[in-house]
Amino acid sequence: MRAIWILTLALALGISVYAWAGAEPAPGDEKPDIQEIVSKANIVAYYQGNDGKAKVKMVITDKSGNKREREFIILRKDVKDGGDQNYFVYFHMPADVRGMTYMVNKHAQLDKDDDRWLYMPALDLVKRIAAGDKRTSFVGSDFLYEDVSGRSLDEDTHELIQTTEQIYVVKNVPKKPDAVEFSYFNVAIDRKTFVPMKMEFFDKQGRLYRTIESKKVEKIQEFYTVVKSEVKDLKKESKTEMEFSEVQYNINLSDDLFTERYLRRPPREAIR
Amino acid sequence: MSGVAKATGLLLILPFVVLCARAEASGSKDANDSSSWFKLPPIEVHGFYEMRAGYRTRKDKYAKDMSIMEARAQLDLSSYMSWGDIRVKGDVYGDMVEEQGEFDLREANIFLRPFDFMDLKIGRQILTWGTGDLIFINDLFPKDWQSFFIGRDNEYLKAPSDAIKISLFGDWANLDIAYTPQFDPDRYIDGTRISYWNSVMGSLAGDNAIVHTDRPDRWFRDDEIAARLYKNIDAYEIALYGYRGFWKSPGGQNAAMNQALFPDLNVYGASLRGPLGKGIGNIEVGYYDSSDDAGGKNALINNSEMRYLLGYTQEIGRDLTMGLQYYVEQMMDFHAYKRSLIAGPARDQYRHLTMLRLTKLLMNQNLRLSLFTYYSPSDKDVYMRPNVNYKINDNLAWEIGANVFFGDYPNTFFGQFQNNTNIYTGWRYTF
Repeated sequence: MRAIWILTLALALGISVYAWAGAEPAPGDEKPDIQEIVSKANIVAYYQGNDGKAKVKMVITDKSGNKREREFIILRKDVKDGGDQNYFVYFHMPADVRGMTYMVNKHAQLDKDDDRWLYMPALDLVKRIAAGDKRTSFVGSDFLYEDVSGRSLDEDTHELIQTTEQIYVVKNVPKKPDAVEFSYFNVAIDRKTFVPMKMEFFDKQGRLYRTIESKKVEKIQEFYTVVKSEVKDLKKESKTEMEFSEVQYNINLSDDLFTERYLRRPPREAIR
Repeated sequence: MSGVAKATGLLLILPFVVLCARAEASGSKDANDSSSWFKLPPIEVHGFYEMRAGYRTRKDKYAKDMSIMEARAQLDLSSYMSWGDIRVKGDVYGDMVEEQGEFDLREANIFLRPFDFMDLKIGRQILTWGTGDLIFINDLFPKDWQSFFIGRDNEYLKAPSDAIKISLFGDWANLDIAYTPQFDPDRYIDGTRISYWNSVMGSLAGDNAIVHTDRPDRWFRDDEIAARLYKNIDAYEIALYGYRGFWKSPGGQNAAMNQALFPDLNVYGASLRGPLGKGIGNIEVGYYDSSDDAGGKNALINNSEMRYLLGYTQEIGRDLTMGLQYYVEQMMDFHAYKRSLIAGPARDQYRHLTMLRLTKLLMNQNLRLSLFTYYSPSDKDVYMRPNVNYKINDNLAWEIGANVFFGDYPNTFFGQFQNNTNIYTGWRYTF
């Protein structure tokens, strides 16, 4: 009876994630299915709720300790869980990009590029951005475009290499090694929440050169959320800290939001 | 002159608008909190300070060696009321080339969203549409070619319009209408800062022959209306355009008065933009109906033209983007033009223009190298815009760049500017 109630509620709210993210795994059970682990972790990392909003602050620290800051509002709406998504990024800082808006229609299909637009208010210009290498820096930080928007699970083969009381460690090997700068990466996934807690990237020589760590996780509404993370580039000796605040899920963002109208002039409540 | 009058008028209106805004804001606050009677409305203040200096690399008989030398401050104020948004943005700058202080009101507008299906923007504003990259067919909003060529920031290529923009959004399509009650011409090359080919004199000219114009300036009669009907189908953006107004830069001569004219112009066009291969492709066309020159018999008025643009942009390496454009202007009554031409070298019937844009980001995207190259195989002229911009920190940026012109003939679009080749550098502190 209780299961039916939860299912009904989940359907009513459209939170298909709830059952996954919130359900308590039974530790020490039979070996879990690797595909299930990675897809749950993918949902937790990128598809919580139907939509969401957060204020993001990034601090980029280079080798010599110089700091640069980024601050933006990010809005997201899922077209399909684990599939296509729409993103809207409104920049507050630094001052020279203030008011710029970036819109992405992310396509999960491997052979279909994301559609990206940038609005530059000083010129009133809607610029179409050519799809690029997803492993280039996002807004000049140590986070890559792909870290922010998600890497398709179909790009890698996944292998469970370690299971402890707290975590699963999954090794991911790219199917097209020439397309990326790493040879593989390991992800430590919390067994209870399925939050990816640490990612370690190894270069072609097998040396660790890049880590992404979840420094702080909070349960917001029903959803476990990484509110503080840090990426370190061990080669460049630089790091970027990213903090999420004012996180909200299931705020009923309209599909219309992801159109030229709101790219040129975002709704007020969406940008502050 | 009337441009200055308009700016002054707007300045007089502004304090009133701000006062109303404050009354409104404090009113809404009062309802919740009686202790904040004198609380100011939330005005956001941003802007920048900038210093810019540049020199000509060649001697120009008709212009100063200094191509740009100015200190500029931009103040950008915005406030948000329950009923709409207010924005005022203006530049104050000391111009050592013209030896005067200037005020350039860039924006002073109110934005409203009165209905689910409608947006309104009223007042001085920057307007842009169309698919070209620094090539414009259906964007007939004013451009500031002078700023563009002397090395001001790209944002100054767009000059403001005093207009009302109505945007309507529907399931079937969206419609933008921009109405400008008094014609806003380009800030065209008039000889004060940039020397040019003077077709009447049949020679290069500059401060010895400042272009005098007879600008249509009657309110609500010499007006402009521009419309765009657009829709996205999947990832493809389709648009139809219409314009009724005037040639934005002088497009005719009144020989008797020795005045340049802005003849009537109607434009009808279309564009399509979307993914193509690994990049973005765009196509745009426009028919320029020069209605004062029906049949092309008047050599002193621009011919009607067809304009075509093909463009393609792709990321060709890490943080390296390449844009290619091919643009054609076709004179529609060329034979009539040639027969009626009184003196001077004739234009070609077709002007072909290719453009290559390369942009590379380095050092965590803090260093940007960019190069635009326009090359016209028919005019045999070239215009290059190399630029290096380095963000020293989140507020301070330094740049160096150049505007390089060369050509085989003194009367072609870019060739006429060959004595204006300049190098500039600038510092900008943004807050």
